[in-house]
Amino acid sequence: MSPRVYRTLKIGAEITVPFLMLLAWWLYTVQRDDPKFPRPTTIVAEVRNRFFFAEFDLHVVPSLERIGLGFAIAVGLGVAIGIPLGLSRIGRSAAMPHIEYWRAIPPPALLPISIILLHSIGNTQKVSFIAFFCIFPVLLNTIDGVRAIEPTLIDTARSFRIPAHERIRRIVFPAALPQIFAGMRTSLALAVIMMVLSEYFASTSGVGYVLLISKNTFQFLPMWAAIVLIGVLGYLLNALFLLVERHVLAWHRGWRAATPR
Amino acid sequence: MLEIKNLSKTYGTGATATHAVGNVSFSIEEGEFVCVVGPSGCGKTTLLKCIAGLLRPSAGEVLLRGGRVTGPPEQMALVFQEYSRSLMPWMSVRNNVLLPLRHKKLSRAERRSLVEDALRAVGLVGFMDRYPWQLSGGMQQRVAIARALAYQPQILLMDEPFASVDAQTRGDLEDLVLQVRDEFGITILFVTHDIDESVYLSDRVVALTHAPTEVKEVIPVALPKPRDQIATKELAEFARLRAHVYRLIKREQDIEDVERPVPVSGTSV
Repeated sequence: MSPRVYRTLKIGAEITVPFLMLLAWWLYTVQRDDPKFPRPTTIVAEVRNRFFFAEFDLHVVPSLERIGLGFAIAVGLGVAIGIPLGLSRIGRSAAMPHIEYWRAIPPPALLPISIILLHSIGNTQKVSFIAFFCIFPVLLNTIDGVRAIEPTLIDTARSFRIPAHERIRRIVFPAALPQIFAGMRTSLALAVIMMVLSEYFASTSGVGYVLLISKNTFQFLPMWAAIVLIGVLGYLLNALFLLVERHVLAWHRGWRAATPR
Repeated sequence: MLEIKNLSKTYGTGATATHAVGNVSFSIEEGEFVCVVGPSGCGKTTLLKCIAGLLRPSAGEVLLRGGRVTGPPEQMALVFQEYSRSLMPWMSVRNNVLLPLRHKKLSRAERRSLVEDALRAVGLVGFMDRYPWQLSGGMQQRVAIARALAYQPQILLMDEPFASVDAQTRGDLEDLVLQVRDEFGITILFVTHDIDESVYLSDRVVALTHAPTEVKEVIPVALPKPRDQIATKELAEFARLRAHVYRLIKREQDIEDVERPVPVSGTSV
């Protein structure tokens, strides 16, 4: 099979399968004619009219803002705490039990208490909630990434008397970056879930809020529209993230391909 | 210039202790090229790391121009065996060479000229914007040498730098090191397990015993300079010195085989 034919087939398969699924769904809904299962075409029209026009500022922007802020804070804190913990065995002994404890708690269990502790049902609470649970994948991956640094690199830095802050900035951080990115990708998917969850509780805006309210009031069309939008959002965020990763970690792919191990 | 006095190093304590370096003393004069050879696994790398200030010796001391070495000295640069692990894969060749200069008090122009001079000396000016992993093994080791040169050391320590390149490249790199030694006027301490290499390169060979290692013999090498891969190695004196060092090392290996049927781990790679 020539590479060109292979490529065409690969892209074809990627497009054909979802297309066939949509078609099956559409045929099913046309035949059922049930208000609980609107036609996909109707749902797409609802997504467009409601979320991209009528309620874009009211519901979509707040959700994106919460994901963005929560994720950014989680990455910032995860890396800032993870690097020193990765470097210090004593630090890890002190911190690991706490990390494992909080990580093990199911997020919904902390949702009510987060409102009381933060005196907020607004963005402060929602963003903190998202950030709190998104921090763990970044944090743990940063710690592992820092611990796995090639000792010869550290010996090289020491022999050239590179000062500690330079060593962290130019050697430890970039060396751990591939693993930090792996953690960030998990966190990003988690941020979408946490966004929906946080908007389920004491909220007046957001895609998750629309989903909950329309479900409670038996408005199936907006409910389906919200579900579709959340899925598309997660997919697009992941695609965007992979694009950034490809660019930032270009050296890593080249290096791995060039280094026999 | 560099004095190693009664240096010894033991890893761990009690029953699991590994006595890697026994009692090593020798010295290196200004501008000298000294090769340290020893049977494999005798503790050469441990010895070098102690001299470089990366490991604290269990006893004895290292004096650089009379001052005691307690950490990596400013006048010293190190070239490791594993070039693929000592070069930063996320930095271009230029930035790898620049790395040890960033914290030195130099102007931007001085930094640039140091980087360019060093890369010119190893013949890699045209590869500055490549990544190290885009280059061959021999070229990567030349980048590591350039990085050490740009740091402007007075003494260069090299730990089996050519052990993982092919024979042809090895010969070229040996000549390159001799050439930059003259050009930059630096003292070199070169650790190797290759006996031919040690005789070919050095002014003196320090032969070590098996672990825990000690100095077996210091052999002056009075071969004419400049050295030449063909002419020098055809000399009767080269053959005599090579045979002499070979016998010393071989005897040590035999003793070790008798004394230690099971090799001790953790002393060297």
